[in-house]
Amino acid sequence: MTQPSQTSDVEEMIQVEGLSKGFTLHNQGGIRIPVLENVSFTVKRGECVVLAGASGSGKSTLLRSIHANYLAEAGSILVRHDETWVDLVGAPPHLVLDIRERTLGHVSQFLRVIPRIGALDLVAQPLLTRGFDETAAQRRAEEMLERLAIPRALWALPPATFSGGEQQRVNIAMTFARDYPILLLDEPTASLDAGNRQAVIDLIVEARDRGVAIVGIFHDAFVRDAVGTRTYTVDSARKAA
Amino acid sequence: MIDRDMAPLLQVSDLSRHYGGQVGCEDVSFELYPGEVLGVVGESGSGKTTLLKCIAGLLPPSAGTVSFDTRVDGPRDIYAMSEPERRMLMRTDWGIVFQNPREGLRMNVSAGANVGERLMAVGARNYGEIRGNAVDWLTKVEMDLGRIDHLPETFSGGMQQRLQIARNLVTQPRLVFMDEPTSGLDVSVQARLLDLIRGLVRQLGIACVVVTHDLGVVRLLSHRLMVMRGGRVVEHGLTDQVLDDPQHPYTQLLVSSILPV
Ligand SMILES: Nc1ncnc2c1ncn2[C@@H]1O[C@H](COP(=O)(O)OP(=O)(O)OP(=O)(O)O)[C@@H](O)[C@H]1O
Ligand SMILES: [Mg+2]
Repeated sequence: MTQPSQTSDVEEMIQVEGLSKGFTLHNQGGIRIPVLENVSFTVKRGECVVLAGASGSGKSTLLRSIHANYLAEAGSILVRHDETWVDLVGAPPHLVLDIRERTLGHVSQFLRVIPRIGALDLVAQPLLTRGFDETAAQRRAEEMLERLAIPRALWALPPATFSGGEQQRVNIAMTFARDYPILLLDEPTASLDAGNRQAVIDLIVEARDRGVAIVGIFHDAFVRDAVGTRTYTVDSARKAA
Repeated sequence: MIDRDMAPLLQVSDLSRHYGGQVGCEDVSFELYPGEVLGVVGESGSGKTTLLKCIAGLLPPSAGTVSFDTRVDGPRDIYAMSEPERRMLMRTDWGIVFQNPREGLRMNVSAGANVGERLMAVGARNYGEIRGNAVDWLTKVEMDLGRIDHLPETFSGGMQQRLQIARNLVTQPRLVFMDEPTSGLDVSVQARLLDLIRGLVRQLGIACVVVTHDLGVVRLLSHRLMVMRGGRVVEHGLTDQVLDDPQHPYTQLLVSSILPV
């Protein structure tokens, strides 16, 4: 397993070093869009690092690269997985899947894959392999859906027909029902009203205070101020390169 | 669920298959771990089915090896085995769900017998137990038990596919190959079948190789994705990464759906 290049702090959970990422659009004349250049930053337990920068500066690109949803072109993305450092850049697929399964939680802006499974089961099922028995998983899922104010009448229905905000809350429930040591959040409150926004803020703050290392994008200043411990500006990293 | 401590279940190395001078598939290598689902996509004629047949023991490759981690002897080259050994593997630890149910079912025996037959092939003799097992699996694939004694001939396409799945899963295989399992079915039937496959595969921790031209199928079912063109693998990675950040010009076309797959 890879060791981080610097002497590493036991509190550190993510070390991004010299990360570069751009896109080549082969079918549009091979246009090259450089986005991230030589980005380096670290995230410790109990921190919530807010990614800042203009629209299009590459905040989502950075978050997606840490999730290994985008393929980094250079640099390394080390995450602490079972107390060893693993470089997500170049890691074999089954290892990345295991890291996503147990270490790296992720809330995307939209629920993208929606199997026709009821909302409650969607939240409960992943818990079954995580040491919960059937009843405990059910209870935990109910608790999450309740906190996120998903009407009971919807619990048995697949979220495909839910409103955007309801889908987003199911999405959040799925991730927060688990106890990931690292969370990546891309606009988790984007389509929520004030009441639901507060419920999500509370979940994020609780996770942070439990020692979860969090990286997030929050356009809403109110959310940012409530959850963030530090800001990392994506643009400046690019200019500094 | 993927077991990270295990060795690969399937290891394909430098596999090629030619038909005369024609390339079926060329220089394909990958590993599959227990519980992993690998999707294979590409335009028609890109070598998907050739590859599937080679790794499923149905078509000897022109070059390269396919090694399977057998329960008793560990990794074995499946084409270095004796014919009976390979056939036994295909009846027990492997399953194959064909695009055309006629290839995977016996059309002239009942649904119940189609499932029971596979158990008998591995030595089951007690009629009551075999029948009980068949009923159990037909229930799991949501078949109407009133049709257990009917011939598959009288079933709809979706029911035939579900029967194929029951027939394959009854021996609790660790690896299942599927060739376009949902194509040719109505959209709503496809959706139900996909949910069923997804549920069973995840619940039972079965590793799968799924060949399809439908990117929606791989998005829902597979952990990893291989993109083929002209018999070669042009891109291989996590499914969401390949679909969201495709690297190869051909994959970029495929994903932007300029190309009908
Ligand atoms: N999959 C992709 N393929 C090609 N280009 C992409 C892809 N994803 C992002 N980009 C490009 O990368 C640049 C950064 O986009 P990104 O979504 O990371 O910005 P952002 O900082 O999150 O912006 P916003 O605040 O508007 O959400 C943009 O020019 C975008 O077009
Ligand atoms: Mg963004």
